[in-house]
Amino acid sequence: MQQFCEQLLNGLNLGSVYALIALGYTMVYGIAKMLNFAHGDIIMVGAYTLLLSSTRFGLPWYLAVLLCAVVCCVLGVSIEKIAYKPLRNASPLTVLITAIGVSYFLQSSALLIFGSNKQKVDSLIKIKGFTVNGINVSGESIVTLSVTIVIMILLTLFIKKTKMGKAMLAVSEDKGAAQLMGVNVNATISLTFAIGSALAAVAGILYMSSYGFVGPYTGSLPGIKAFVAAVLGGIGSIPGAMLGGILLGIIESMAKTYISTDLADAIVFGILIVVLLFRPTGLLGKKRIEKV
Amino acid sequence: MLTVENLKVYYGMINAIKDVSFRVEQGEVIALIGANGAGKTTILHTITGLVPAKSGSITFKGINLLKTPAHKIVGMGMAHVPEGRRIFQELTVYENLMLGAYTRKDKKAISDTLAKIYKRFPRLEERKTQIAGTLSGGEQQMLAMGRALMSKPSIILMDEPSMGLSPLYVNEIFDIIREISKSGTTILLVEQNAKKALSIADRAYVLETGNIVLDGDAKELMNDDKVKKAYLGE
Ligand SMILES: Nc1ncnc2c1ncn2[C@@H]1O[C@H](COP(=O)(O)OP(=O)(O)OP(=O)(O)O)[C@@H](O)[C@H]1O
Ligand SMILES: [Mg+2]
Repeated sequence: MQQFCEQLLNGLNLGSVYALIALGYTMVYGIAKMLNFAHGDIIMVGAYTLLLSSTRFGLPWYLAVLLCAVVCCVLGVSIEKIAYKPLRNASPLTVLITAIGVSYFLQSSALLIFGSNKQKVDSLIKIKGFTVNGINVSGESIVTLSVTIVIMILLTLFIKKTKMGKAMLAVSEDKGAAQLMGVNVNATISLTFAIGSALAAVAGILYMSSYGFVGPYTGSLPGIKAFVAAVLGGIGSIPGAMLGGILLGIIESMAKTYISTDLADAIVFGILIVVLLFRPTGLLGKKRIEKV
Repeated sequence: MLTVENLKVYYGMINAIKDVSFRVEQGEVIALIGANGAGKTTILHTITGLVPAKSGSITFKGINLLKTPAHKIVGMGMAHVPEGRRIFQELTVYENLMLGAYTRKDKKAISDTLAKIYKRFPRLEERKTQIAGTLSGGEQQMLAMGRALMSKPSIILMDEPSMGLSPLYVNEIFDIIREISKSGTTILLVEQNAKKALSIADRAYVLETGNIVLDGDAKELMNDDKVKKAYLGE
């Protein structure tokens, strides 16, 4: 029981990181109708920013967090402007290949600048954990879960309650009609990339607090897992990304403990395939078939 | 108020609008009629910036619309009820209406407009929390019109508001268009239902494969032999 609870906590922890990344995937997909495969690498950039600002230069934690968010936002928005915007009317395949190209570009740049060795990043989280009924609750878990919950609430409020959030929903449904309402579609797309990238920065920081090492390919595995989470929850659906991420984290953590560490990833992808067989639109995806 | 001169529009190699000029004066109801594929929708889309023009000019209140970013046009007083209504299916009726007022700032004035629209379309008020995609076709058309009116436009472009509606609804929609016009809003109406359109229009233009082939007083066009034969089915 004690082990189960600890693994559940681990799963929630990991799942929070997946969920934060998955939100970026799903929001960008919803608005720009593209899979931004470079999204995972934003985490890596965030992690390197953390390494430089906090571990190397000793900036206070809040400045380091701010810097990570700003760097990732600027990067995400620039990628959209430079690489994706000119392809707004191109075929989805062209855009996909471009996104993969951007991903390789970011990884190779990191390789050039920082080398291939993984480097140790000090955790920003200094809070002490506690033990209840023999269950260890780490400081990392406390911070990761609270940060994720707060972000999810804020994001939901932003989308449901603000004019800009409504504009985002309108753009994701029909760009032309949104434009007729006076919504600046390009600005809305930029905003979406900015939010997604800021969430990736936060995810990167939380990921580093548990894993501690950054290398040029640090973003790819969590990126792919988060993509799976977004699809599992229903790509384009914000609650879906949250649910998908958390579920995936729990499943992975349980599979590692009770089945096999080596099989955990296979199980994760297996579950995705099974879910998609029965619900092609994902758990919370829209039932309506997308009109093209 | 709105002047279109020598407009040419291409979709890739296809020349959809060849050379179109027309004007709409303040307070008028202008009908633009023509068969499927004549280019009616293309003209409206070019006016509100959804489709780029190859050449020509579109001037609204003295400003060149071809040089205006599309999202700025509604704020200048031009609303567009697009073909197929294009309401936001996943949002509520209320949210759709509020998006219509997206560029307006004054909250009090917006709620006044909303009250007027609910008065004109009581059904929208009854269903304000309903998801718009679940409305009937006629209700969706009313929502599309209500949404356009939320911007307090001085001109409304309407693209086939009667499309796909039962005769009862068609009459209701045309009554509403007449009312909107009476309240002082200029209207550019694209219709396949030429009879109905000509009956409420002041003047009309007839479009054939990208060119205007006829224009004049709506009542006169109604009695024109060519129009009768081609568009009124007589
Ligand atoms: N996106 C597009 N790409 C290529 N060709 C297009 C596109 N949209 C319209 N066309 C072509 O341009 C011409 C004019 O189309 P348009 O939709 O403006 O006609 P319409 O008069 O509105 O017809 P309808 O009464 O059927 O709505 C048609 O030949 C159509 O096939
Ligand atoms: Mg049309």
